Amino acid sequence: MKRIYVNEQWCLGCHLCEYNCAFANSGAKDMARALMNVRINPRIRIEENNGICFAVACRHCTEPLCVKGCISGALSIRDGLICIDTDRCVSCYTCVLSCPYGAIMPSDGGPMQKCELCTKNALGVPACVTGCPNKAIVFEER
Amino acid sequence: MRKDEMPRQWEGNQRIPSGCAISGIISTDGARFNGQEIIDSIAVMHDRSNGLGGGFAGYGIYPQYKELYALHVFYESQASKEACEAFMDKHYDIVNLSRIPVRPMKQISGEPLIWRYFLRPLPTRLAASQLDENEFIVRSVMRINTTISGAYVFSCGKNMGVFKAVGYPEDVGRYYRLEEYEGYCWTAHGRYPTNTPGWWGGAHPFAMLDYSVVHNGEISSYDANRRFIEMFGYSCTLQTDTEVISYILDFLTRKQGMTLSEVANVIAAPFWTTIARKDPEERERLTYLRNAYSSLLVTGPFSILVGFSGGLMALNDRLKLRSLVAAKKGARVYIASEECGIRAVEPDAEDLWAPRGGEPVIVRLTPEAYAKVV
Amino acid sequence: MAVDYSYPKYEVLRNPARCICCRVCERQCANEVHRYDEEINAMVSDDTKCVDCHRCVSLCPTRALKIVKNELVFNENANWSSEAITDIYKQASTGGMLLSSMGNPADLPVYWDKLLINASQVTNPSIDPLREPMETRTFLGKKPNSIRRDENGKIITKMEPQLDLSTPIMFSAMSFGSISYNAHHSLAMAAEKLGIYYNTGEGGLHEDFYKYGPNTIVQVASGRFGVHPDYLRAGAAIEIKMGQGAKPGIGGHLPSAKILSEVAKTRMIPEGTDAISPAPHHDIYSIEDLRQLVYSIKEATHYEKPVIVKIAAVHNVSAIASGVARSGADIIAIDGFRGGTGAAPTRIRDNVGIPIELALASVDQRLREEGIRSDVSIVVGGSIRNSADIVKAIALGADAVYMATAPLLALGCHLCRTCHLGKCNWGIATQRPDLVKRLNPEIGAERLVNMVNAFTHEIMEMMGGMGINSIEALRGNRLMLRGVGLNEKELEILGIKHAGE
Repeated sequence: MKRIYVNEQWCLGCHLCEYNCAFANSGAKDMARALMNVRINPRIRIEENNGICFAVACRHCTEPLCVKGCISGALSIRDGLICIDTDRCVSCYTCVLSCPYGAIMPSDGGPMQKCELCTKNALGVPACVTGCPNKAIVFEER
Repeated sequence: MRKDEMPRQWEGNQRIPSGCAISGIISTDGARFNGQEIIDSIAVMHDRSNGLGGGFAGYGIYPQYKELYALHVFYESQASKEACEAFMDKHYDIVNLSRIPVRPMKQISGEPLIWRYFLRPLPTRLAASQLDENEFIVRSVMRINTTISGAYVFSCGKNMGVFKAVGYPEDVGRYYRLEEYEGYCWTAHGRYPTNTPGWWGGAHPFAMLDYSVVHNGEISSYDANRRFIEMFGYSCTLQTDTEVISYILDFLTRKQGMTLSEVANVIAAPFWTTIARKDPEERERLTYLRNAYSSLLVTGPFSILVGFSGGLMALNDRLKLRSLVAAKKGARVYIASEECGIRAVEPDAEDLWAPRGGEPVIVRLTPEAYAKVV
Repeated sequence: MAVDYSYPKYEVLRNPARCICCRVCERQCANEVHRYDEEINAMVSDDTKCVDCHRCVSLCPTRALKIVKNELVFNENANWSSEAITDIYKQASTGGMLLSSMGNPADLPVYWDKLLINASQVTNPSIDPLREPMETRTFLGKKPNSIRRDENGKIITKMEPQLDLSTPIMFSAMSFGSISYNAHHSLAMAAEKLGIYYNTGEGGLHEDFYKYGPNTIVQVASGRFGVHPDYLRAGAAIEIKMGQGAKPGIGGHLPSAKILSEVAKTRMIPEGTDAISPAPHHDIYSIEDLRQLVYSIKEATHYEKPVIVKIAAVHNVSAIASGVARSGADIIAIDGFRGGTGAAPTRIRDNVGIPIELALASVDQRLREEGIRSDVSIVVGGSIRNSADIVKAIALGADAVYMATAPLLALGCHLCRTCHLGKCNWGIATQRPDLVKRLNPEIGAERLVNMVNAFTHEIMEMMGGMGINSIEALRGNRLMLRGVGLNEKELEILGIKHAGE
């Protein structure tokens, strides 16, 4: 299965991945309208320290701790992709605490949210990958 | 006034591309035959020409003057003739000179003075120049053509001669009374230029020493070839592509010591993809030739017939964009732009084939024949 | 001081209806133009610092930014342009030479744009490059004057060392120091992939790039930066830089700000010093000295590599080229006055040198007149912008072209001409690690390969249109060109006819 991989050698910390993620999952057609005066809550986050930047998103682990800990069965694995059924999420935050990468977080609406490789929006290829100007984020099989 | 009424002018400064007809017949056993056959061959391909140029080259036609250079010269006027002969007297030992006999015809008009000289370089002059005979002749002929106004030497080989004019080739052949000459090899050319030449010298064949070239095609690489070959003392005075091929031939064979098939590897070099498929030694050889003589690669559609003492070479461009067929009968080999040109003179010609693009067909006299007639 | 107050050249226009305050512009501008103001919850820009490099414009996800010229007008004056006036202010203030980057931007004739190319019709078929072989392979080097044969009559195929190019394009010299490590890496990778060569420039060769040696031309310039025996042996050819089109008569200049660790190490000089190459090579004061250097280099490399001599196009370039051809050089590279540079004195860049088209035509003609054209290959640069320029250059007589500004554009340069400041936002003309990071060699090399492949296809199309299927048949083939809008003298020097003749 193809996953998102980030190469910190090329990550510039520009945050475009964050904004592209927010826009892709907003359901809107125009980014300016979608994100004007909005505090974005993207599923990929830049972490910076000492000149090194890295974009952190769900790694779709082969042995996901979040799925293991989910009490309501909202998190499941489908062909390697870890996905959330928001109807089932009861906001217990067990997954948030379990994920070693901090890749799951509450959405603006209530239930948890995480990177689902843009399978649920209209895009097809993850928005953070296409939007990265320096090929720091790639979508490939390894 | 109309273009053909204007004072006769050199073709120079106007490049005239052309489509044409070519033909060649050779007796590999040296048996000489008269010029009527070649006239018949080229006459059949009448429609490939437009009457604006025709010419022939005959080999073995001057057996009585075998050892001497036979210079054929056009003069625009008596003054040019006098100037040229003054030059010649200083440089050559002239054994015989005369007008070239012609048969006046209404189809051939505007003729210049046409003279023929059998000569050798003046020994003292030759010694002083420190050149060999051939180089001496080449240089002096180039000097006449570039510096003596109105004089043009259009043939300068031994025991061979070029006959050319403005007109259909079959008319040109009759005009020059070619049925009265006997040679072991004849080539012919009919021209279809796209501009009106006023000048007889612009017709084919073009010759340097005993190499004569008749050419059907247009050379896209002309200026690249010309600007290279002119570094070595040749002057392209007529801006007609064929001229440059005859100088390239002279340069590669006489000055660089190449065989004719090596010459073909230079002027019709195989594609890199073809070279890559050869075995290593051949690959290296072809790559070397192509790299060292890259400016002599001739591109553009062409089929040429090169006559030389003792043989004939036919060559097509690598893409075979012009027609050329060959056939045999007994000791005879026939090569022409079209099969009809061969069948017209030898209905029972055998082994008809179309030579492949870039691969030369070289026909030579047998060694015995060579000793006898060359 | 109020007298020479320099008004910002550019104005940053931000569309408030589209700006989402993502702050990408703020993070990506090394000149610190943009800033997020929390109090008003909006982005603000300091126009005085903008150099019009378009980094923010290109990265803005909502296309909210535009950079325009700031029309502060002086009283209209055809003689004293606003630039001429502000130059005086700058010099009155600093007392220094004006420095500029990249090539001459003045409105002087571009002869490439006045040359037209032939196509075959009727009398000669054009050739279809999609269906027939169309060959662009080019060899650079000295060609033999005669054939030698062994005792069996076989041709001896040994020749002077040659460069074998898949297409007649090479990347011209740009020093490590003037451009970044990643830029060099992109050029090296692309050259290898394409089967052509790139040039180290006068900054030496970084040890990480020795593995690209077979596709590298190493340069020996007047400062001899980074020149040691391994360096000479690492490359496929050695280029002696006698001059550069952008600044004929003077040497290279790399400001100390750009001389950080790796650059200093590769150049073999201390960090933080200005690297100023001397004007002449101090061991070449005349043509015979050049011959000596050429042969010293050949000895050091066992005569296995061709030696290139690069000269700037100046008034008597044909005589110089003739001398160089007789000095033992295998290839002559001529750099025209439009050539680019990392940094050069403005007056020299804008006023010294002659157009490459004229230089090429006269050098090619002169070498042929002297019968020595086969002794050297000619490579031209400064500036070759596209495939039509390449075809015209070859038709005038060049064997191949050097391109440098075009590859930089492919890498992301927007020709803002502030390279000498060392804050290139595209990661090209800078040494700051946070900026160099912005040029990913994987992307850079891919774009360079794309560009050269595109040019090669276009060259093939034009060749086919002319009825030519091998590039060597185009070399020096001036009848394939016609001039338009040129006077008699220009036509004469170029050796071509006017359109219609």
